Amino acid sequence: MADLDPEIAKTQEERRKIEAELASLTSVNFDRDLYGGNDRDSYVTSIAPNDEEDSNLDATGSLVAQRLASYTAPKSILNDVARAHVEDDDGGFKPRQTIAEREGDYRNRRLNRVLSPDRVDPFAMGEKTPDPSVRTYNDHMRETAVQREREETMRLIAKKKKEAEEAAKEQKDSAPAASSKRRNRWDHAEEDGGGGKKAKASDSDWDVADSAPGIGKWDATPGRAGDATPSAGRRGRNRWDETPTPGRVTDSDATPGGGVTPGATPSGVTWDATPKGSATPTPKRQRSRWDETPATMGSATPMGGMTPTAAYTPGVTPFGGIDMATPTPSQLNLRGAMTPEQYNLARWEKDIEERNRPLSDEELDAMFPTEGYKVLDPPSSYVPVRTPARKAMGTPTPMTTPGYVIPEEHRGQQFDVPQELPDGLPFMKPEDYQYFAALLNEENEEELSPDEQKERKIMKLLLKVKNGTPAQRKTALRQLTDKARELGAGPLFNKILPLLMQPTLEDQERHLLVKVIDRILYKLDELVRPFVHKILVVIEPLLIDEDYYARVEGREIISNLSKAAGLATMIAAMRPDIDNIDEYVRNTTARAFSVVASALGIPALLPFLKAVCQSKKSWQARHTGIKIVQQIAILIGCAVLPHLRSLVEIIEHGLSDENQKVRTITALSLAALAEAAAPYGIESFDSVLKPLWKGIRSHRGKVLAAFLKAIGFIIPLMDAIYASYYTKEVMVILIREFQSPDEEMKKIVLKVVKQCVSTEGVEPDYIRSDILPEFFKHFWVRRMALEKRNYKQLVETTVEIANKVGVADIVARVVEDLKDESEPYRRMVMETIDKVITNLGASDIDSRLEELLIDGILYAFQEQTTDDTNVMLNGFGAVVNGLGQRVKPYLPQICGTIKWRLNNKSAKVRQQAADLISRIAVVMKQCGEEQLMGHLGVVLYEYLGEEYPEVLGSILGALKAIVNVIGMTKMTPPIKDLLPRLTPILKNRHEKVQENCIDLVGRIADRGAEFVPAREWMRICFELLEMLKAHKKGIRRATVNTFGYIAKAIGPQDVLATLLNNLKVQERQNRVCTTVAIAIVAETCSPFTVLPALMNEYRVPELNVQNGVLKSLSFLFEYIGEMGKDYIYAVTPLLEDALMDRDLVHRQTAASAVKHMALGVAGLGCEDALVHLLNFIWPNIFETSPHVINAVMEAIEGMRVALGAAVILNYCLQGLFHPARKVREVYWKIYNSLYIGAQDTLVAAYPVLEDEQNNVYSRPELTMFV
Amino acid sequence: MQSRESQILYCFCLVQASDRFNINSQLEHLQAKYVGTGHADLSRFEWAVNIQRDSYASYIGHYPMLAYFAIAENESIGRERYNFMQVFSPSSFLSRLIFASKMLLPCGLPPEREDD
Repeated sequence: MADLDPEIAKTQEERRKIEAELASLTSVNFDRDLYGGNDRDSYVTSIAPNDEEDSNLDATGSLVAQRLASYTAPKSILNDVARAHVEDDDGGFKPRQTIAEREGDYRNRRLNRVLSPDRVDPFAMGEKTPDPSVRTYNDHMRETAVQREREETMRLIAKKKKEAEEAAKEQKDSAPAASSKRRNRWDHAEEDGGGGKKAKASDSDWDVADSAPGIGKWDATPGRAGDATPSAGRRGRNRWDETPTPGRVTDSDATPGGGVTPGATPSGVTWDATPKGSATPTPKRQRSRWDETPATMGSATPMGGMTPTAAYTPGVTPFGGIDMATPTPSQLNLRGAMTPEQYNLARWEKDIEERNRPLSDEELDAMFPTEGYKVLDPPSSYVPVRTPARKAMGTPTPMTTPGYVIPEEHRGQQFDVPQELPDGLPFMKPEDYQYFAALLNEENEEELSPDEQKERKIMKLLLKVKNGTPAQRKTALRQLTDKARELGAGPLFNKILPLLMQPTLEDQERHLLVKVIDRILYKLDELVRPFVHKILVVIEPLLIDEDYYARVEGREIISNLSKAAGLATMIAAMRPDIDNIDEYVRNTTARAFSVVASALGIPALLPFLKAVCQSKKSWQARHTGIKIVQQIAILIGCAVLPHLRSLVEIIEHGLSDENQKVRTITALSLAALAEAAAPYGIESFDSVLKPLWKGIRSHRGKVLAAFLKAIGFIIPLMDAIYASYYTKEVMVILIREFQSPDEEMKKIVLKVVKQCVSTEGVEPDYIRSDILPEFFKHFWVRRMALEKRNYKQLVETTVEIANKVGVADIVARVVEDLKDESEPYRRMVMETIDKVITNLGASDIDSRLEELLIDGILYAFQEQTTDDTNVMLNGFGAVVNGLGQRVKPYLPQICGTIKWRLNNKSAKVRQQAADLISRIAVVMKQCGEEQLMGHLGVVLYEYLGEEYPEVLGSILGALKAIVNVIGMTKMTPPIKDLLPRLTPILKNRHEKVQENCIDLVGRIADRGAEFVPAREWMRICFELLEMLKAHKKGIRRATVNTFGYIAKAIGPQDVLATLLNNLKVQERQNRVCTTVAIAIVAETCSPFTVLPALMNEYRVPELNVQNGVLKSLSFLFEYIGEMGKDYIYAVTPLLEDALMDRDLVHRQTAASAVKHMALGVAGLGCEDALVHLLNFIWPNIFETSPHVINAVMEAIEGMRVALGAAVILNYCLQGLFHPARKVREVYWKIYNSLYIGAQDTLVAAYPVLEDEQNNVYSRPELTMFV
Repeated sequence: MQSRESQILYCFCLVQASDRFNINSQLEHLQAKYVGTGHADLSRFEWAVNIQRDSYASYIGHYPMLAYFAIAENESIGRERYNFMQVFSPSSFLSRLIFASKMLLPCGLPPEREDD
C-alpha cells in the first residue's frame, strides 16, 4: 500500500474514524439486549461474487426478499418499470390472427364437422315414446351405422374402380372406363374417385336449397316443424345418397351431422312442406333432377332458410342472389349465409370471376325457352374444368348480376359502407353479418313475434360480448347468464354455437364465447341435455388446441357440461362418435370422454368403457375405447392409481387384437397408465407383462415401437430383481432394433434404454458388456447429431448410462470424437462430456484420459465456428472445473490459446475467449496461477477499447471474475488505474456492457473503495444516475446497491445531495430508483445521517420532490425495520402534514410509509405515535382511488399488527351499522380484513350486546370471576 | 335467510365503475369466502351469531380459558368443552325452551325478518 496516494490514505483514515464513531454511537444508542443483537449483522454487506445468484433473483423475485431484503425496492416497483418497457416493445400492435390461420390441417378439420340437430332428452320425457319427429339416440346410431356402411361401400367401389382402371391400363384400351359414378352437373367442380382431399364444394346448390332450413328455423318454431311433419319421421334414403360420389363421402358426409345428409335428418321434416307452414305435405318428388329447372327450385327455397350446411361447411355454395338483382332484406339474410371465408374470397375475386365465369344453369335456363328442349346428361368422358378459385367457391353464383341494374331503394339495404348499428351496438365485422344481419333490419320490434324478439335480444347480447367494450361485454354477459333460463337453451345455443364454428374466429372471441357457454351451463343445468352433442362438436376441438389455456377452458366446459347433463346423456351423445369413420372425430371424442371421466369419476364410466373396449362390431370402437383409457391416464395422472387394475383389465385384451392399430393404441395406453402410476402399481400390470414381452418377439415396426414404449414405462415400476430380469429379456430386442433405420423407433429405443438403465436392478457390468458396444456402434454416429430430438435423446440416454457405469467408460469412448470433423457431432460429444462430468466429477479419469480430454476440448473449442448455445464454452468450463488442480500443467497452453483468440479478427472468437476466462478463473486461482491471472488481467485491460458491445461485455465479465478471485490488492492493473477506465464505459447503453460494468464497479466500490479518490467516486455517482434508467432489473438493482457502497466509502453527504437533486427529474422510473437509492444510502450509513437532509427536502414546494421524499421514507422504514423506533417521533410531524395534504399521492405514499413504520416497530412501545398517525389515516378510508385505498387499507393492517386488533375494532364499530350503505360497506370491508387477520383476538374485544326477547346475545362466560 | 351470495352480488353492483375492474373489488369477494366475515346487509342477529360461535371456538381452543371456566362453574374441563361444543349449557337461561346446539343456534332462532 506504499504507493497509495496520500489523498487516498487520508480518506481511508477518515473513513475508519467515522466508522469507529458510528460504532460508539451505536453502542450508546441501541439497547442491544432489547433488540437482541442487532439484526444488521445478518445483512448482506457486499455484492455476491458470482452472478448466478443475481440471475436467480431476477428470475424469481421471491429470493429478493430473503437474501437481499435490505437492498431492494419492493418488487412491485422494479417490476412496474420493467413491465412498462415490455409494453412499449410491441407497441400494442400485436398482429391479430385467427385461430384457423394458426392451426394446421388436422385441427382445421373441426370446421368440417356439422352441428347435429338437437336430440330428445329421454329424462325429461319420462315414459312416453318419443315423437317420431324428434331425433333420438336410435336415429343417431342408425345414421352413424349407415354412414359407416356407406364408407365401406365407397371404399369397395373405389377399390373396384382402381382395379378396373388398372385392368384398363393393362389392356391399353383407349375407351374410357365405364364409370360407376354419376356427375351432378358438368359445370360444377366435381370430385371423382381421387377427390378425397378436395373435401370442399361437394354439394351442388340445389342440394342446399333442398335440404333442411336453418337450425334457427327449427328452434324458433319448434311446434311448427313438428306439425309439418306428420309424414314419415324418417324418409328413406334420398336419391342423392343412392349413388353418392366418393368425394362427398369423404368430406361433409363423414361427419355425423344431419344437415348434410338430407336423407337422414329430421330436417326431412321441413323439406317436404313449404316453409311457410302450409301443412300439406308435398309428395315425394320423383322427377329426375334434370327435369327440374333451378329457377323453380329457387322459388321453392324457403326465404332465408339456409341449411346448416350452407352456413357451416366451408365451400358449400352460398346461394347468393338467386335471380335476384335487387337486394331485398331477405337477400340480405341469404347473403349472410356465406361463411366469412367465402365472403373474403368473394370480395377478392368477384371482379375477375364475374366476367370470366361460364354460364350457369340459371342463365342457360333463362336464355332458352322452357319447352321443346331437353337437358341431356353430360357424356361420361367429360371432365369439368377446375380452377382453384372456383373450386373453393363451389359454383360461383355472383353476388350481383353483372352489368348495371338500377338498384331499388330499400331501407335495410346494405352498401359497402358498414352500417351504423342501432342502440350503441358494437361494430360488426364483415364476417359477422351472416350471424347478426338481422340486427340491421330496422323493423319495429313490437311487430315481431315473441320468439323473434327473444332471438334478437340474444343476438344483441352476443354481439356485445363478442365485439363490445369490456363494460358492454360484462353487462351483456351478466344478462345472458341471469336470463339464460328465460331465453331458453335452444335459442341460446343455436346462436352461440354457429358463431364458434366460424372459421375466422380469433382467440379472444372464442374465449369470450366459450365463457358465455360456461356461464349459461350453470344456469340451464338439465335443460342443456338436447344440445350436448352440439356443444361437444364445438368444444371438443379446444381439447387439442395448441394453446394451453384453450385446452384448459375446453376441459372446464366439458366437465361442467357432464355435471349438468349427467353421465347417461353424455354417453348417449358421444357414443355414436366413438366409431365414427373420421379419425379426427374419434380422437377428440376420446379426449372429451377422458374429461367426462375425470369430472364424474372413473368408476361411473368403467362399465361403459369395458363394453366399448370389447366391441365386436368395429375396431374403431375398441380403438377409441382404449384411447379413452390412455387419455384418462394422461389427464388425471397419479389419480388413476385406485382404478389402475380395472383400467388395465379393460384394455389388456387389446394387446392381442386382430387389428394392428388397436394393438398399438393398447400398448400406448399401457405406457400412459404406467407413466401416470409411477412409481407404484406394478401389481396391476402383472397380467399384461406376458403378452407384452411375448409381443415384442412377434411384432415389427410401429406395433413393436409401441410395445417397447409400454415396456419402457413399466420396467421402472418393478422391484430390482424383476427389473433386471425383464430388462435382459427386452434388451435383446432393443439391441436388435438399435440398427433400425426408422426415426421414431430410434427415439423410442433410446428412451427405453434410458428407462431400463436407470432402474435399480440393472448391473453396471451387464450394461458395460452387453449394451455399450452396440449402443455406441449404432447411436454414436454423426447422423444422430443432425436432428435435434435425436440429439437430445441420445445425450440424455448416454448421461443416464454414465450414471450407472461411471465417467471413465463413457468419456473414454467418446473422447476421440471431440476431434471428429463434423461440428454438430463434436458439439454433441462435448455436451455429453459436460453433463457427465458435472454430474459425476472427474475423479475417475486417469492421467492418460485426462490428457486426451484436454487435448480434445481445446481442439473442439478452437475449431468451433458457430455456437449460439454455448455448448463448447460450458463443456470447457465443466471439464476444467471438474479436473480442478489437475489442470495446472495445461493452464499455460489454455491461456496461450485464450490470448491468441482474444486477438482474433472475429468478434465471436474474442467473445468466447473472454467468456472462457470467466469460467476458469476460479480454477486458475486454485492452481496458484496468480501471476498468469494478473497477466490476463492486463491483457483484458488493454482490450477495454473493444468496439463490439457483446465482446466488451464479456471482457468486463472476465475482468470481474479475475478481480473477484485474486482480490483488490493483488489485482493488476491496479484498481486506481482500472476504475477511471471503467467510468466512460458506464455511459455505454448496451445492456450486457452495462450489467457487467456496474457489477465490476459495484464490486470495487464494495471491496476496494479506498484505492480510488473520492472525486472519482462522485463522478461515477453521476454516471450511475443514468443507469437507473436501464430496462433490465438486474442493472437497476446493481446500480442502487452501488450507491450504497459508494456512500459508505465516501460518506453519505455528497451522494445524498446528488440523489436529492435527482428527485426533481421528470421520469418516474428515475425518481423511483432514486428514492430507493436514498433509502439504501440511509440504511448503509445509518438513518440519522440522511434523515435531516431528506426531511429538509420535503420543504421544497414541488410535488415530485415531496412525493420522492415520502417514498424514500417508506422504503427507509421498510429496510431499517425495528431500528425505525428511534426515528418515528422525528418523522411524525412530516407524515402528519403529508396525510392531511390535498394531493392523493401524498396521502397514499405517507400511508405506505406508516404501514412499514408500524410493522417495523410492532411491540416496541411506540403505540402513542402510532395511534396519533392512525387518527390521520382513518379519514382516508372512504377514498375511491384504487392505489390510495390500497395503501390506506394496508396501513390499517399494519396498525392492527402494531396496536392490536382491539384498537382497530373500536375504530370500526362506529360504522358497521351506519345508516348509509356506502359507509357500512367500507367499514365491513375493514372489519373483514381485521377478522381474517385476527379472529381470535377479537373475541375479547367484541362489544356487549343486549339480549332481545327471543335471542340471547350476551356472553356470560366472559363475566365469570373466580 | 336470503342467500348471501345474491346480497353480495347486489353490493357488488353498487361499487363504482372505476372500482369494478381492480383488485379492490376482488378483495371483498375474497373476504366473502371466509366464514364469519360480514357485509353491509348483515343484521344484528347474524353478526351476534358469528360472535357467539367465534367465542365458543376461542374458548375451546384456549385450554387455560377452559380451565378457568371449569373452576368458576365447578365442572370438569372436558364437560366445559363438551358444553361449548354441543348442547345448551345449564348456565344459560333456563327460560329458553329450544334445545339447540350452541354452535348451531347460539342465539336462538332468528328473528322474523321485516320484509324489505
